[in-house]
Amino acid sequence: MLINIPTKNTLKDCNVTDESVYLERRSLLKKMGFLGASAVMSSAITSTAQAGFFSDDDKEKVKFQTKALNFSKDSTNEHLLRTPENKVISHNNFYEFGAQKDQPLALSQGFDVAPWQLKISGECDNPITLDYDNLTNMFPLEERIYRLRCVEAWSMVIPWIGFSLADLLKKVAPNSRAKYVAFETLYDPKQMPGQADRRLGGGLLFPYVEALRIDEAMNPLTLMSVGLYGKTLPPQNGAPIRLVVPWKYGFKSIKSIVGIKLLEHKPPTTWNKLAPKEYGFYANVNPNHDHPRWSQASERSITTGGLFSRNRVATLPFNGYGEEVADLYKGMDLSKNF
Amino acid sequence: MKNDTKVLLLKVLIHLGALIPLVNLYFLAFNDKLGADPVESVIHFTGIGAFNLLLITLSVSPIAKLTKQGYLLNVRRLLGLYAYTYALFHLVNFLSFEIQFDGALFISEVWKRPYITIGMAAFFLLTALSITSINKLKRKMGKSWQQLHNVSYIIILLVAIHFYWSVKSELTSPLFYFAMAIMLLLFRYKKIKRLLLSTFN
Repeated sequence: MLINIPTKNTLKDCNVTDESVYLERRSLLKKMGFLGASAVMSSAITSTAQAGFFSDDDKEKVKFQTKALNFSKDSTNEHLLRTPENKVISHNNFYEFGAQKDQPLALSQGFDVAPWQLKISGECDNPITLDYDNLTNMFPLEERIYRLRCVEAWSMVIPWIGFSLADLLKKVAPNSRAKYVAFETLYDPKQMPGQADRRLGGGLLFPYVEALRIDEAMNPLTLMSVGLYGKTLPPQNGAPIRLVVPWKYGFKSIKSIVGIKLLEHKPPTTWNKLAPKEYGFYANVNPNHDHPRWSQASERSITTGGLFSRNRVATLPFNGYGEEVADLYKGMDLSKNF
Repeated sequence: MKNDTKVLLLKVLIHLGALIPLVNLYFLAFNDKLGADPVESVIHFTGIGAFNLLLITLSVSPIAKLTKQGYLLNVRRLLGLYAYTYALFHLVNFLSFEIQFDGALFISEVWKRPYITIGMAAFFLLTALSITSINKLKRKMGKSWQQLHNVSYIIILLVAIHFYWSVKSELTSPLFYFAMAIMLLLFRYKKIKRLLLSTFN
């Protein structure tokens, strides 16, 4: 048996301040009658410095605030068993905020999404730049309940909210030279610690870039998402706007987009550059083409339940969206163009 | 304090240090309190735990030599057995929660994925070392016991490669672990050189 002999300065469990008390300590101080003292203090320091000093104090700063959105419901896919919201927003691959699954939630809550600029340019007649408000007010928003299949062989079912990328592209009027659509994530090492620290960022090259062929981009399934579960996106899921391509592995669905460019030639893409034998440009979900280091024939579907949820299910070609997209790849050898 | 007492205290600490995290891990995992994907969490935790324990086991004799505290060698077997316990949990986690007892998938994964093949090889070797750690067997084996247990130098390298090949892109941690393994082998430079010469001459 271990006998724990506490020294004078050993902290016991009962010394730990409860989180709710910690977060409310300013109002507790006031209730306890220290208001006078803090008023004296604030006269000595400027108000901006005070805001900086106490920025940790406020619950708003501790957790990123999402806003409710107006959207039309997805009634056709209501039967799908959804991944609970707390799992969708706590299990993320977003290396800009850390390569471990729990890091994006932990390290992104101070992320500033407004002001935001999304610039759409390149081979088009009408280049435009959207600001933060445009993202949610330019197009009618709709809910789309999609399966998301990660290349690591797990999957989720997520009720996204957004608009078709096709609607956005029609606005900029791509010209005849536009064959590819390239996307770029924000590059801001001050806000995205994974971009500042190679180890935290999992050794990826930033900014993260992705691309689609123009016909893939124009497919009605391809979604520009601004929210999930009824609210705007939290930072760890790609706030304020991200791509969702449900028939491709998750890494194609690039997050926190600041640039969309129409191009004549195929641009480089992040994971493909890093390991071309493991991650192809197309990255269509394909149970018959294994990742060199693990099988893609089946996946673990993350829903509810702990360790014992029997959640291994067969992976479907094009993640089950073959009817909508298989035609895009007619005549192509999918084992070569993976 | 007598050396016997020190060994006893160390053993108690090792038991607690190895068992408490394991119990805590499964308590959280069974109650779905281990993040969104408890399967990944338990696999990674027990894998890295096994690697840590292997490194600690292999650092016992260099530390005992450097500090001239021979009694430390008495805790080596216990540490090694906990390394094996963690490795066993690592494999059981993979088989039961990741693969979910799909025998065909398990065999094809072990066969087709080099990092899993190597991990399994390390596990089988470690099994042999654990079984032969029983005193009776040790006595029976005589000289060949030491020969067999020198395999631990190969195991640590296999485990380092297993970790390195298993990650998607973040190479800092696997490289750090690799360096630790090499460092522990360098402490045994003379012995390993002798072993290699006697094997290949």
